[in-house]
Amino acid sequence: MTKSELIDAIAARGQLTKARAELVVNCVFDAMTEALRAGEGIEIRGFGSFTVRPYKPYSGRNPRTGQPVPVPAKRLPFFKVGKELKEIVNDSRHLAITGGDDSDD
Amino acid sequence: MTKADIVQAVYTQLGGFSKKESADLVDLAFDMMKDTLGRGEKIKISGFGNFVLRDKRQRQGRNPQTGEPIVITQRRVLNFKASQILKAALNHRVDAATPAASASATSTPARGFGGGGSRE
Repeated sequence: MTKSELIDAIAARGQLTKARAELVVNCVFDAMTEALRAGEGIEIRGFGSFTVRPYKPYSGRNPRTGQPVPVPAKRLPFFKVGKELKEIVNDSRHLAITGGDDSDD
Repeated sequence: MTKADIVQAVYTQLGGFSKKESADLVDLAFDMMKDTLGRGEKIKISGFGNFVLRDKRQRQGRNPQTGEPIVITQRRVLNFKASQILKAALNHRVDAATPAASASATSTPARGFGGGGSRE
């Protein structure tokens, strides 16, 4: 499922136009992004929680050339799956995993 | 931030939805995502991240408290892979990341999606 498929599904189920559904979906993820940017965690019961984890700088390596590359300190979002969703996911084990590759679009 | 805060954002920022409708729509969004993952289908939210499923084989583990060996059964797990855009948002204070701010500064009159009333 992509964001646009989520928008279509919400439009159909929520009986609103796709344009309105798109605003809703964008508003939800923008609000979540904004919270994480402010360093705030997000907790969605039954789904999971997002936290921001700080990472110290370290010296990495370019895997192709072996050259050392400094990796600066950074903050990354971390998602912890909620108990209910964890069970839902595990119960789907008998089904094939679908939805394409994991790349960003 | 909790779901109530997200509902509040939908309610105040979008307009036209009651509080109840806003809450129902936010619930619907998360329920849809849960159902999708429950069908074994991944979710890709561009600009935010991907919710990916992985099947793990059975393996030998240890109870970290007692050191006792235990069998970890095979399972399917959910991982979140943050998008580059989200990672960047957490690491540079780019105010350009909110296009609304820059867009409104240079905005030309709306190209009339039902807003034609002001021009007689």
